[in-house]
Amino acid sequence: MEPFRSVRGGGVRAILAASEAELLRSLVGQVMDLIEPDAAKAQDLDELEAILQADAAETPTDPVLARLLPDGYRDDPASSTEFRKYTELSLRASKHESAQAMLDSLPEQGGKIQLTPEQAQAWLKALNDVRLALGTKLGVAEDFEQQWDGLAPKDPRRTAFEVYAWLGAVQESLVRALW
Amino acid sequence: MSVAPAEVDLPHIEDRPTPDKPWVTIVWNDPINLMSYVTYVFQHVFGYPKKKAEKLMLDVHHKGRAVVATGAREAMEHNVEVLHGYGLWATVHQD
Repeated sequence: MEPFRSVRGGGVRAILAASEAELLRSLVGQVMDLIEPDAAKAQDLDELEAILQADAAETPTDPVLARLLPDGYRDDPASSTEFRKYTELSLRASKHESAQAMLDSLPEQGGKIQLTPEQAQAWLKALNDVRLALGTKLGVAEDFEQQWDGLAPKDPRRTAFEVYAWLGAVQESLVRALW
Repeated sequence: MSVAPAEVDLPHIEDRPTPDKPWVTIVWNDPINLMSYVTYVFQHVFGYPKKKAEKLMLDVHHKGRAVVATGAREAMEHNVEVLHGYGLWATVHQD
């Protein structure tokens, strides 16, 4: 990969290998599946309504989903539920939209990528959601590099830590290019 | 963000909030968001100059949390929704 750089006149550009583009596509797709409201899978209107009400009130039990869709209040379940009722579906929709915008501007075979400022915002959010999902799944702490070093040479999580570190570098280069 | 979180002091919340107390938007430390990214989001979302955004980011990092905005409850809820869109761990509180 060639890291993101700013482009004269606005926007950013980078170069991705085909394998890197494929990896991003797969990770972003997984986050999209996760944040798609259960309501989208409902069979009929009654079911849809039931799911919408249940969905929109509770803190998700899946830790990854709970991190992507956090409570709006701390130690105040009633206000949190109320907040979630009014915001969760639109938050899911906006995350889905960013992810889709990232996929739409990610060439299938990798190569040169040029993003408008709007597309760059979508990438920032979608990349960050992927990092949040993967980081939560791996249980990364502030000293994640030590966690990574501490894994046995054949630990299957090594690859995931490597991907997590790479995503951090991509995100960092994007932030710096936008500054 | 990249060092172990400081012990978190929960903000004091009274049992019966009084309406004249201002509401705040709090951002909490988490181990995943990059320091540069958090600074950028504070600049981009609130229009803060880089210096102020960096100071707030460091407060989050070292103290475990920071108040990033103050105002009406609705405005704070809007902030939290926007920050959740960026993946920051934000909550609304009455100060």
